[in-house]
Amino acid sequence: MELWFSEMHTENVRFSIKVDRQLYSGQSEFQRIDIFDSPEFGRFLTLDGFMMLTEKDEFIYHEMIAHVPMAVHPQAKNVLLVGAGDGGVAREIARYDTVKNIDVAEIDPEVVRVCREYLPQTALSFDDPRVHVYYEDGIRFIRRCANQYDLIIIDSTDPFGPGESLFTKEFYGSCHQALKEDGIMVNQHESPFYAEDAKEMRQAHKKIAANFPISLLYQAHIPTYPSGHWLFGFAAKKYHPLHDFHADNWSKLGIKTKYYNPGIHRGAFALPSYVEEMLNDARS
Amino acid sequence: MPDLAQENAPLYEALEQFRQRRVVPFDVPGHKRGRGNPELVKFLGEKCLSIDVNSMKPLDNLGHPSSVILEAEQLAAEAFGAAHAYFIVGGTTAAVQSMLLYACREGEKIILPRNVHQSVVNTLVLSGAMPIYVDPEVEPRLGIPLGMRLAAVEAAIAAHPDAKAVLVNNPTYYGVCSRIEAIAELAHRHNMLLLADEAHGAHFYFGADFPAAAMAAGADLAAVSMHKSGGSLTQSSILLAGAAIDAGGLRQTINLTQTTSASYLLLASLDLSRRNLALNGREIFAKVRQLSAYARDEINLIGGYVAYGKELINHDSIYDFDDTKLSVFTLDIGLAGIEVYDLLRDEYDIQAEFGDVGNMLAYISIGDRPRDIERLVNALAEIKRRFGRTPIALPVQAYPEPRLMLSPQQAYFAAKTTLPISASAGRVSGESVLCYPPGIPVLAPGEMITPEIIDYIRFSKDKGCLVTGTRDQAVELIDVVEE
Repeated sequence: MELWFSEMHTENVRFSIKVDRQLYSGQSEFQRIDIFDSPEFGRFLTLDGFMMLTEKDEFIYHEMIAHVPMAVHPQAKNVLLVGAGDGGVAREIARYDTVKNIDVAEIDPEVVRVCREYLPQTALSFDDPRVHVYYEDGIRFIRRCANQYDLIIIDSTDPFGPGESLFTKEFYGSCHQALKEDGIMVNQHESPFYAEDAKEMRQAHKKIAANFPISLLYQAHIPTYPSGHWLFGFAAKKYHPLHDFHADNWSKLGIKTKYYNPGIHRGAFALPSYVEEMLNDARS
Repeated sequence: MPDLAQENAPLYEALEQFRQRRVVPFDVPGHKRGRGNPELVKFLGEKCLSIDVNSMKPLDNLGHPSSVILEAEQLAAEAFGAAHAYFIVGGTTAAVQSMLLYACREGEKIILPRNVHQSVVNTLVLSGAMPIYVDPEVEPRLGIPLGMRLAAVEAAIAAHPDAKAVLVNNPTYYGVCSRIEAIAELAHRHNMLLLADEAHGAHFYFGADFPAAAMAAGADLAAVSMHKSGGSLTQSSILLAGAAIDAGGLRQTINLTQTTSASYLLLASLDLSRRNLALNGREIFAKVRQLSAYARDEINLIGGYVAYGKELINHDSIYDFDDTKLSVFTLDIGLAGIEVYDLLRDEYDIQAEFGDVGNMLAYISIGDRPRDIERLVNALAEIKRRFGRTPIALPVQAYPEPRLMLSPQQAYFAAKTTLPISASAGRVSGESVLCYPPGIPVLAPGEMITPEIIDYIRFSKDKGCLVTGTRDQAVELIDVVEE
């Protein structure tokens, strides 16, 4: 018997992982949630049929979305995670003792429940007393916030379905309002490679750049995401991700990582020429 | 109509059967199920083009319905609580035209609020009927026109006992309802018909706790925009008639102006929407009201904006209020409603229904999703944060009373000359001038132009109101009746 999970990365490209068995399938108020076991990638979570994380490569995504801003703003104490219902980002942020509070605004309680049951590798972080989960649409949660977070990390699904409001100008504007005067916003920024993804990527960059004086992108290699080439947005009111990055200070913290390191930090902001060109077009 | 229930959609079912039969077309339309226009098929889809067909025996004929269209209309009549229902494919404008052409002939009088839709005034030009306007009050803080007070209608009837009909907006664009039941009773007592413009009231027939629907309130005719709150395709509408109306005569009147090539896309959308509303309306509109109430609360929490609702009710000129409507007063954040409306579109890709000087209206309906409401609220919060200024005062002043010298028809078709508005005092207007807000005609064809009216137009333009209606796009010149 052969059982495969397939995701269409474009209309003409199919990505498949051989599945050992399906552990969970359910429809929440917002989306379909599935958990599989696979020989190559271990356990993985999909939402509406789209790959969210696998046990094998989630460290790349979660380390890169969390440590890059934390290394630029090591005094960050109050952190908001939007989406992030699998707990992976909270796990990385919780590694900093200086962080006093981690709020998680996740729209779908079922995602958290299912991850707690099937993906303890990431969801264990929900047991950290600093982590507070609010089951609310991120765009609604943030509307009431002003000048209170040091760091906001947007760990959203794609810009269609329940996550689409997290790719809007009004949402990024509200994030700006919710951040302190030296705050940073980092977001999952889609891929530049396939045309459909690239369109969303350009639009998101345009909207973020309209709201923040500093707005750059950085990249990582994530094997199970479309094309494997993934971008993150770094937007800040004050800190530049390279000029204000002090590698020694971060190294002194002694946080052991599998992907992130100071060399990757600097290198990740060097983007391929075609991506730079897309971003220039988006800003103009 | 044996064995037909609201679960049926006879016209839709006939079209589905027709599609299966693969009839060879040697009739119009010439695109022949789209084959003659592949680009259009690619754009609209094969399914859409395959039912864009002409009247034929199995699909009935809108002008003289005898089978599936008649059945669909009868089901609609039942769903709306009317004696008869007529499908209309020329928009609610066409429904209003037929309603007024039926009710009043040349020279006959009709009592109506001044804040009627443009289609009403235009129909008076077509029919030659004489308007007797009732002045709707303007809400002093918000600058929106209200409903007709019962006493004002009584006074109009006393002054014009020979009028043939009274027309009521049920509700206005902003959601304001007059006391339609009492007005209907009053009109009938004086042998007048009660007509309702329900362009914004289709949902009243299907939800719980809505303001009174015209037919239930005793109206004789109601023009209902199914394509607004009802969910059907743009341009599809329904004219409802009560038991006192001559059904065949009304059909004849409709056929004076209605196309003989009615679109089956529009007709099918009416049939399916009626079924959906009849079966699921209560549930649907409970959800719409809940979304609206949520949006109103969240917008009011932002501060500065006033999202208003049933608290406006004053038991007379605001006898009731349609709380699916999400109207937001914006002047307290220092922006005109029209500015907020433009910013929503230009900055946030959100298209609202309209903006006037004081208000922005977002249309909440059957198709809305909570996540989109969240976007709207955040965008309004952002607009306040980024563009907010000090509050501005509402530019309204006493509204000049119209003086009718000629019927709209006489004035419109009379020999005319063009004058600068500033030099037109003492002349009879040959066209309309409208100011938003409050969206009431300042002048209609046949009315005397007075110095007060000229001042009002000047004032409205200076204050940034939208002034429209004249042949001259800049509204500097006006056509007046030759002396």
